Amino acid sequence: MSKENPFIAVIDYGAGNIRNVMKAIDYVDMPAKLTKDPAEILAADGIVIPGVGAYRAAMDKINTYQLLIPIQKAAANGTPILGVCLGMQLLFDSSTEFGETKGLGLIPGQVVTLPQKQGFKVPQMGWNQNNVAIENALTRGVKDEFTYFVHSYYVKTDVKYIAASVDYGVQVPSIVIKNNIIGAQFHPEKSGEVGLRVWQAFADMVSDKAVIA
Amino acid sequence: MALAKRIVPALDVKNGRVVKGINFLNLKDIGDPVDAAIAYQNAGADELVFLDISATLEGRSTMIDMIERVSSAVFIPLTAGGGVTDLASMRAIIKAGADKVFLNSAAVANPDLIRQGAELFGSQAIVGAIDSKWDDVANMHRVYVSGGTKPTDLETMAWAQQMIQYGAGELLVTSMDTDGTKQGYDVALYQALDDVIDVPIVASGGAGDLSDFVAVFKSGRVDAALAASVFHYGEIAIPDLKQRLHHEGMVVRL
Repeated sequence: MSKENPFIAVIDYGAGNIRNVMKAIDYVDMPAKLTKDPAEILAADGIVIPGVGAYRAAMDKINTYQLLIPIQKAAANGTPILGVCLGMQLLFDSSTEFGETKGLGLIPGQVVTLPQKQGFKVPQMGWNQNNVAIENALTRGVKDEFTYFVHSYYVKTDVKYIAASVDYGVQVPSIVIKNNIIGAQFHPEKSGEVGLRVWQAFADMVSDKAVIA
Repeated sequence: MALAKRIVPALDVKNGRVVKGINFLNLKDIGDPVDAAIAYQNAGADELVFLDISATLEGRSTMIDMIERVSSAVFIPLTAGGGVTDLASMRAIIKAGADKVFLNSAAVANPDLIRQGAELFGSQAIVGAIDSKWDDVANMHRVYVSGGTKPTDLETMAWAQQMIQYGAGELLVTSMDTDGTKQGYDVALYQALDDVIDVPIVASGGAGDLSDFVAVFKSGRVDAALAASVFHYGEIAIPDLKQRLHHEGMVVRL
C-alpha cells in the first residue's frame, strides 16, 4: 500500500555537493528535504546520506548535530536508508581513514583504503561495470551496467550484504543491502539513466510501492 | 576490470549559449546548453566539458546559471572552466553542480590555486588543463596560456608533474600541433606523459574519425578522449564510436 505524501530526509552534514543528489531525487518526483533536524529525520519516510568528503569530518558533524541516535532509531524502525559514496561507507562500523573512526554501525564491516595495484589508479574515478550477486528491484537496474565511481576507500563486509560489486583489482562492493539499509558506492546521481533507476527504486521503496530486501 | 574509456564531448559556451550550436541529430542547431547536454547524455557521452569563452563578467555569471540548469537535467559528470582565476569562481562552479573544474592559465600564473582548490574540494574535483605545442628549436613540448596565444617557459612534462604535486587529480592535455587538423590525436605526447604521471589523462585535439580514437586509446595510457566538432556536426556518432571501440576489445560503457 502506498503512503500518502511520503518524503525523504537528506542528511545535511555540510559536506560535499548535495545539490546533485537533491536534483536526482526531484527528477524521480519524490519530495526531499535537506535537514539536520532530528525530529524531521525521525519523521521521514526515507533517509539519504549523501557523501563527498572525508569520513572523520562527516562523523564529527553527525555527532555534533546529534544525528547518530535519530538515524539509528529510524534504521531500527525500518525506515529505508540510502547512503551514497562516503554516505555508504558511513553505514559501517568504522573506517581507517585518518586513523580509526567509528561510523554509524548499521551494517557490520570496515572501510579500508583501496590497494595500490598496477593498472588501478587510486582514487577509482570513472565508469565501472556492476556484477549483481543479489537480484531485487534495486539491483536489477544496474545488472551488468556501468556506474560512476569516485573513491579511494572501499568496504570490507560479509558477502551476504554485497548485492553488487565491481572489479577494481579487488572486489569493490558497489551496492550493499541489509534489510532496509542500502549503500551505493557509486554516484547514482551521476550515473546517467542507470543511476536514475536506482533513485526510482529507492523512491518506490520509500513510498511502499516496492520491497527491496 | 579496467574502467571504461571515456568519450567526452566539449562545448564552447559564450554568454550562456553553445557557440555555433550543435546539430548531430540532423535537427535544427541546438544552441541551448541544456538541450545539447541532454542530447549528448542520451547519445552515451560519459562526461561533458564546458569551456566558457565569455570575455565579460556578465558572461561568467551566465555560465554559473547555465551549469545549474544543465546539472538539474543531466546526470553524468560535468567539468567546467575557462577563465577561472580564483577560489571564489571555483566554488561557484562546483556549487552550481559541476563535478570538476579545470584550471589553465591561472594555474600557470599562480600554481597555489591548484592546491587551494584541491584542499577545499578534493583532488578529484581539480583538473589541470594544459595547452601544449612542440617547439623544434628548443626541442621540447612547450606550455601555452591565454587560449594558446602566449608561450611560457614551461616544459609540458615538467608542468604536468608539478600540477599533480599541487593536487590536480586529472590532466586535460590539448596538443596544439594536432588540434583542428582532424589527423588524429598526438599519440607521442600522451605516451611521453604516461611515463611521468599517474593520474588520469584526457586527450584533446585532432580527432577526425573513429580510428583516431582507437589509436589514442590503444597506444598509450589515455583514460578519456575529448572532441568537439566531430561530435557537434555529426561526423562521428557516439554510439558508433562506442561500438567500434568495443569491437577493438576496449572497455566502454555501451
